[in-house]
Amino acid sequence: MDYTAVVLLQILYMIAFLALISAGLAVVFGMMRVINLAHGEFVMLGGYTTLACQRVGIDIWFAMLVIAPLVVGVVGLIVERLVIRFLYGRMIDTMLATWGLSLLLIGMVTFIFGSSAVNVPTPLPGYQLGEYQMGGYNLFIIGVTAVLYVAMWLVLRYTRWGLIARGAMQNPEIASALGYNPRTVYMVTFSIGAALSGLAGGVLAPLTGLLPASGGAYIAQAFIAVITGGAGAVIAGTLSSSVLFGVVSQIVSFAYTPVIGEIAMLALAIILLRLMPQGISGRFFRNSQ
Amino acid sequence: MKAWPSIGQMRWGWFLASAVVLLLLPVVTDTHTPTILLIWALFALSLGLMWGYAGLLSFGHSAYFGLGAYTYAIAVINIGESTAPVLLAIVIPAVVAAVIGAMMFYGRISDVYMGVITLVVTLILFKFMSATAGDQYAIGAARLGGFNGIPGFAVINIPGMPEVSLFGLPMYYIAVVSLLGCYLVSRWILARSFGRVLVGIRENEARCELLGYSVPAYKTAIFTISAAMAGLAGCLFANWAEIVTPGVFSLRSAAEVIIWTIVGGVGTLIGPVLGAMALGMVKLLLGEQTVIDNSLLLGLLLVIVVLAIPRGVVPALQGWWRGRTRFRAQRAGHRRGRPRASAPRGGSSGTSESKTSRPETTGSAHRVPQAGRS
Repeated sequence: MDYTAVVLLQILYMIAFLALISAGLAVVFGMMRVINLAHGEFVMLGGYTTLACQRVGIDIWFAMLVIAPLVVGVVGLIVERLVIRFLYGRMIDTMLATWGLSLLLIGMVTFIFGSSAVNVPTPLPGYQLGEYQMGGYNLFIIGVTAVLYVAMWLVLRYTRWGLIARGAMQNPEIASALGYNPRTVYMVTFSIGAALSGLAGGVLAPLTGLLPASGGAYIAQAFIAVITGGAGAVIAGTLSSSVLFGVVSQIVSFAYTPVIGEIAMLALAIILLRLMPQGISGRFFRNSQ
Repeated sequence: MKAWPSIGQMRWGWFLASAVVLLLLPVVTDTHTPTILLIWALFALSLGLMWGYAGLLSFGHSAYFGLGAYTYAIAVINIGESTAPVLLAIVIPAVVAAVIGAMMFYGRISDVYMGVITLVVTLILFKFMSATAGDQYAIGAARLGGFNGIPGFAVINIPGMPEVSLFGLPMYYIAVVSLLGCYLVSRWILARSFGRVLVGIRENEARCELLGYSVPAYKTAIFTISAAMAGLAGCLFANWAEIVTPGVFSLRSAAEVIIWTIVGGVGTLIGPVLGAMALGMVKLLLGEQTVIDNSLLLGLLLVIVVLAIPRGVVPALQGWWRGRTRFRAQRAGHRRGRPRASAPRGGSSGTSESKTSRPETTGSAHRVPQAGRS
């Protein structure tokens, strides 16, 4: 009974984890058809921002929930202005440039913080579930993810800005004819996507620990969750693929080992991509580059 | 004029000159560093052949390089004599690539999905190989060794004579012969109708399909050939390093070969080779100091190249050079009153090599009518 609860909680946590790290990528990909391979490094930057704030004595909740998204959002804005905006419509070139960016950011963080692993203290105590010791912070992650997705849905569905964003996403020509410069929309969207990645990084830092190269651990999972989810529906697509991959990887992990769980997830992604080549998002990718 | 048999754009003079330089290089310098540069060049050549001519970009080409390295190490531990392991190190990556390629190309997935799938395959191999510590993960007598990899296997020996192992200078010559051989094979492939169809697919897939060519079959074939070359490079790498670790599958190694290729020049064969050698040298030099992080420079370089010279250095230089020679030829021809008939050497338009550097061809196309008018 307790064991079942533990397994269920772990599955729920895995789903939340996937949805959280994919949110930023999903927004950028869904709105702009830009695949940002530096996404993992944005998450990593969020973590390091939290670490830096915590070291100078800023309250850790404030650091991870406010400062980390702001800092990474600004980084995203700079990146968009300097690199991404020259490459719209050139999908493969964008992937290459953002890959370069990811190496660049890893190099910079290594330069500043050193290449050894560091930990951020967990601000929540654990709790007892039957005979199992559970991390209370996992529940916080699940909560943050739920709030984040509800907020994203509300903003996209009910605010004026959400309307403009959805309009520019569906038909950039009409949106620009109505007076909304798609380039501005893209710029803001990319920055918000980066901020969401920063939030994910900040919130996850106490659980995962930090390494300059730790972005690589996120990018694959976020990547396949978003791509499999499809570009057509940012929230529904990403959530559904997070649920699918989260359940599969955790069940396989419990049955075998976490590594096999992760491999199962990646293999499932390949099969899904093969089965749905013309799926929701396949349409948009024809003749890209 | 044709003193040498021509293979497409083959420049025999340059080829023989480089061959002589490579063969004589051990006279002046130690061969340890040149050997690894040649191996990396071969790896980049394998990607450049596929990416530059068939337009297929594998984001995880290190999968086949690493498979070649692991296959050699595992096979040589089990077999002892190196001839079969070397062949296996070429065949197994090729077979894996054929399966994955057929799955992707007959599924008619787009280039972005191809990028995702090739990358994920590499990640799977990396995760799996990193997690194989312990006695239960062994293939025959070879323990996979997890993150520490497989050390201490026998290096290549003269076929049939396991006691005469080849390392140091002979190893260098093996690398030279492999690189030159693969270059010739690539040129030969591109000179055949097979290669022409590949370039056609790159330029217009639908048209090739409608002309009756099976596009998935061609793509799978070139993917397989490219993986076989990458596997050979991986096999040589295993011999050079005398250890294989999961690092050969890492994202970083996958990124490096793409950077070498794109910096050198996509759409040429010599570009990736030179790019890998030059940047490989930079990598080795940077590895010796700790002031500047290697990935910082590598990343910056990739961003700048994609933004500024997306086709790479060699095509840019070629374009500049051809534009110059053609301009001179036209001026000379104009003086003699024959505007068009005087550009036999610089004018190689219509072949695969010049087609790829688009800015150059369009530039010269503008220039020709200008000269005719004036």
